[in-house]
Amino acid sequence: MSIFWTIWITVITLTVIIGCAVLLKSANTNSTGVEEGEPMPHTFDGIQELNNPLPKWWVGLFWFTIVIALIYSFTFPSYTANWNGLLDWSSSEQSVKSPEESEKLAETSHSQYQREINDAEAKYGAVFKQLAYDESGAYKDIAVIANDPEAVKVGQRLFLQNCAQCHGSDARGGKGFPNLTDNDWLYGGNPAQIKATLMHGRVAAMPAWKDILGEQGVTEVTSYVLQLSGRRVNSIEAQAGQERFAMCAACHGADGKGMEAFGAPNLTDKVWLYGGSRKAVEDTINNGRNGVMPAWSGILGEDKIQVISAYVYSLSQQK
Amino acid sequence: MKHEFIEKNVGLLAIFIIIAISFGGLAQITPLIFQKETNEPVDTLVPYTALEMEGRDIYIREGCSVCHSQMIRPFRAETERYGHYSMAGEHVWEHPFLWGSKRTGPDLARVGGRYSDAWHEVHLLNPRDVVPQSNMPGFPWLATNTLTGEDTARKLEIFRNNFKVPYTDEDIAGAKAAVEGKTEMQALIAYLQKLGHAFK
Repeated sequence: MSIFWTIWITVITLTVIIGCAVLLKSANTNSTGVEEGEPMPHTFDGIQELNNPLPKWWVGLFWFTIVIALIYSFTFPSYTANWNGLLDWSSSEQSVKSPEESEKLAETSHSQYQREINDAEAKYGAVFKQLAYDESGAYKDIAVIANDPEAVKVGQRLFLQNCAQCHGSDARGGKGFPNLTDNDWLYGGNPAQIKATLMHGRVAAMPAWKDILGEQGVTEVTSYVLQLSGRRVNSIEAQAGQERFAMCAACHGADGKGMEAFGAPNLTDKVWLYGGSRKAVEDTINNGRNGVMPAWSGILGEDKIQVISAYVYSLSQQK
Repeated sequence: MKHEFIEKNVGLLAIFIIIAISFGGLAQITPLIFQKETNEPVDTLVPYTALEMEGRDIYIREGCSVCHSQMIRPFRAETERYGHYSMAGEHVWEHPFLWGSKRTGPDLARVGGRYSDAWHEVHLLNPRDVVPQSNMPGFPWLATNTLTGEDTARKLEIFRNNFKVPYTDEDIAGAKAAVEGKTEMQALIAYLQKLGHAFK
């Protein structure tokens, strides 16, 4: 902040404060030539004004605010952005230009925000560490954390805050958002796979087949896909669909049991991410699907993800 | 006698009152207009693309900022939930800024990347499909209204010429093509996914 603006602020602020003091002093001095409590030499419609002084409590309060204003303006940052006042107080680091710079400053900053963060870390950090880390300072196995009811409870809180918007507060998902409790996994359900999904996100890419298969082709493939999970369909259509299924097999496997590497679902079970009605399956084949799980490592950090992974893992272990 | 003179000339009194109350603004507001922290973008700030810019206008039109703030305050309770507190330098290209003042819904300053595009679409059509307890209205018309891109280039131009947003000539020339035929839904989601990108 330039010296000009420092002077600008200082002059205006001090002028106003001192001006208030001068005004108060002059207004509180009897310069009318009329004794205190005597009538002033004017009447309005027969109403007289007595020359009474300002109330003492009010004048006292006014002086009090003037004194407080002066003390306040020197103890907290006021006259210039370069000086944080006698108490060296700041709300937060407001001049950083990048997240990296902010992270670096966090180590040395003693802004009120950083103190709040540090206090919380001192209070909860150790407790949280106990949930996620073992004595040697390495992460506990997710399967182990999943057996710790306290940790699972913490994981559930974090899940409700961050994950429930898509997967539902009961983690049963919805159309397009996988159910996490049914032990049916698109990208694998072992602890490491769950954690990888949370950390880095997932992007599914089922292409649209409308133009390639044509209307008839889509109907046939749909019949075959429904047959895979044991539904009764037109067997001639299904037969024709099976021949076309070679294209689908690249991701869903020749047997239709899916492939974790692509997040391609198993088509032979009764779990349908986008609905299992004929209409819904046709929709999926016609237009493709692009389910996206966002990456959370940057938002939540690995520690929290370790605990949330344990919660998610625990959901399908109870069955 | 002077006192009486002021009291009996209302116009003069008004002028003196305006001068008196302007001191606060002169000391507090004017320096901010010329301060680096409030004038210069943070290093990581990227301008809105043409589509995101249209999405922003839809955000304004639908009054999203009436219920959603875009201002994360430096308190732990907020940064734990929403991410890094908002910086002045993130908002220097916002005209008007959309900080909002009421949180019926959550803060959106860093909502970008938290949910998938598909989630946003379902949620904007009918929020209760994914968040049963939500009281947010649905915005189904966004899915059917398409953008013409008539004014998009002009918008970018205004932001470049008046607010120093670094759009290139190519950005402006390609603006119409970039948004034409896209639905308002796509534009709004593109905008939402961009929010908060500078401090993630």
